[in-house]
Amino acid sequence: MEILKVFTYLLIYPGLLFLLFYAVFVEWVDRKLYARFQNRMGPMHTGKEGFLQPIADFFKLMAKEDLVPKKADKFLFNATPIFALASVLTAGLLLPVWHSNPNLASATSFQGDIIVMAYLLSLPTFAYFLAGWASASMYSAIGAVRVLTLLFSYEVPMFLAILSPAMFAGSWEMAEIALFYRNNPQYLPINLIAFAIAILSLQAKLERLPFDIPEAETELVGGTFTEYSGRKLAMFHLLTDIQMVVGAGFLATLFLGGFPHGIIAGLFAFVAKTLVIVFILSSIKSMTARIRIDQMVKFSWRYLAPLALLQQIIVIFLRGYLT
Amino acid sequence: MSSTFVLPVGPQHPALKEPTSFRFKVDGEVVVDADLRLGYNHRGIEKGAESRTYVQDLYLVERICGICSNAHMTAFAQGVEKLMGIEPPGRGIYIRCLMGELERVHSHLLWMGIAGHEVGFDTFFMYTWRDREVVMDLLEMISGNRVNYGMQTFGGVARDLAPEQIAKVVEGLAFLKGRTQYYLNLGATESTLVGRIAGVGRLPQEKAVELGAVGPTARGSGVATDVRQDDPYAGFGEKIPFHICTEEGGDVLARFVVRAKELFESYTLCDHILKNLPEGEIKVKAPRKVPPGEGVSRVEAQRGELIYYIRSNGTDKPDRVKVRAPSLANWPAALYMLRGSFVADIPIIIAANDPCLSCTDRMAVLTDTKGNEKAWNWETLRQYGIEFYRKRGIRFGVEG
Repeated sequence: MEILKVFTYLLIYPGLLFLLFYAVFVEWVDRKLYARFQNRMGPMHTGKEGFLQPIADFFKLMAKEDLVPKKADKFLFNATPIFALASVLTAGLLLPVWHSNPNLASATSFQGDIIVMAYLLSLPTFAYFLAGWASASMYSAIGAVRVLTLLFSYEVPMFLAILSPAMFAGSWEMAEIALFYRNNPQYLPINLIAFAIAILSLQAKLERLPFDIPEAETELVGGTFTEYSGRKLAMFHLLTDIQMVVGAGFLATLFLGGFPHGIIAGLFAFVAKTLVIVFILSSIKSMTARIRIDQMVKFSWRYLAPLALLQQIIVIFLRGYLT
Repeated sequence: MSSTFVLPVGPQHPALKEPTSFRFKVDGEVVVDADLRLGYNHRGIEKGAESRTYVQDLYLVERICGICSNAHMTAFAQGVEKLMGIEPPGRGIYIRCLMGELERVHSHLLWMGIAGHEVGFDTFFMYTWRDREVVMDLLEMISGNRVNYGMQTFGGVARDLAPEQIAKVVEGLAFLKGRTQYYLNLGATESTLVGRIAGVGRLPQEKAVELGAVGPTARGSGVATDVRQDDPYAGFGEKIPFHICTEEGGDVLARFVVRAKELFESYTLCDHILKNLPEGEIKVKAPRKVPPGEGVSRVEAQRGELIYYIRSNGTDKPDRVKVRAPSLANWPAALYMLRGSFVADIPIIIAANDPCLSCTDRMAVLTDTKGNEKAWNWETLRQYGIEFYRKRGIRFGVEG
């Protein structure tokens, strides 16, 4: 029975199958929202209101010719999409959505899983860098350098931001943190600054407007992904969707009180809370112009990082005062 | 060892939908040097104009550019009218001017959207292009076409305006006035947009004069040059009062504001034209043959000064037609602005001049770097062509 449960967890929910389908659904939600914000219709023809469009796009890309540039580093070029996809799927398993018993350490829930999660979510960024570097193209190389510069600007504020709810709850385990805030929802607003910083950092991590600097279409063609086509590009697109779901789930766990136990209630809470975050991400995307990389570095270190530190100080003082 | 490398942009590149090629010498994210290559889309229109009649040429030059088609047509018609010695009647002049201003409205709204897109602000792009449909519908209602209106003819305009059409134009422009105010506020306050266009692509006033910039690029640098004021045509000046719009900033933001101000100026001009539209004929009869002579005709197109040189030889076909489109005059200024800018600013700096490659492209001749001899003279070009086809198994008759 336990084996069956593990397999269900890995392959069906919240593992592979659920993540894949939910990710394409979230892509549809994002596209539709973005389109409606821009006074467009968005996808309309594949499925009801076009909700099968992301799947259709995925299969179309899978069927396209897969080219590898002559001068590219073949191994890195081929391995990075798989590696990045694997790391976000693994990150998905760590989300405390189902049998999260905080008293029981398991492979998917343990003290310090918050750090592992943050680490796994950062791996794709390095994969993007390597992918761009291995492509042996001018546009990819500039994109790759921008990926790293971007990483150095948002990563520190993001880490500081996700640590503040953990510090207040006094735990390094996501399930425990979520449980703490579910039991004491009055403490949720304390982390508001950190939540805002985390949202912006997630937007940057997903390379969406206004932070889509590495793949800026009008400047760098496709940035790091310029030379990618066919299956590998499809994999990159899919993994960005999954990253968005996992990232949104991660923030929902930390800042919105996580998800209740039980398969149905947990599922509903997961969908509702991640969609709230996706809605915020889509609105930011439709309201802004792409900023420059130097502006991004300035913005992160001048505003985001000090604000994150301020949040830490608030948390430390309030924790001493309230508990 | 130098750390610079060359970043090619174009002839095919998502930032530039038209074929032009840039070679940027890049040091990290900073452009050290910029070089331009034109000549990917030579269509032989000037030569083609010599083998067609004047009336056919009118529709040929209209097709030089899709966005400023009316400006090309107006310039050519004006030049030929001068040679013919005829003058369009008052109503024709007013409608000619109205078409020019409506075309400017659609072009400037289009440019705003493009500028938004180049800095990744696609929402702005979608909004401006949605509102641009209003003026496109007006143009279609007046002329029957969305692009290539075919309104100008020798001695006046081809179609008249009905009173109900005038009412619709007034209503449409009143709506656009409100929208333009919104875009002007947005462009001046939205922090990410301002951050991308303020202080970018600086062109000081003396440089703008020195490099011969025209149109909104020059006016954004504080150079008060506008053909509508310098060399009034189509009723500007005496009949239709006109105010020139300039800005001192010299950056992309200044060009944005200049275009927004020009939109307001165009709305005012259209209002004035429609209120004071004289009654009477819209055109006079024009002769088929043009007496020998030569003349220059200037029009303020949306992108700046458009010059036509026409030489006639007494037949019904011109001897020579030479077009100097405004985009061509703005390339030296664009290259100046690109040097020292960020890679990320390349698209918006180029787009800020609103370049039109189909207006600009000319036959290009490559010279080799050692001597000043033409690397491709006629004989080598011919030999290359023969070799090219011979390799593919095609033999020409001359070779036997």
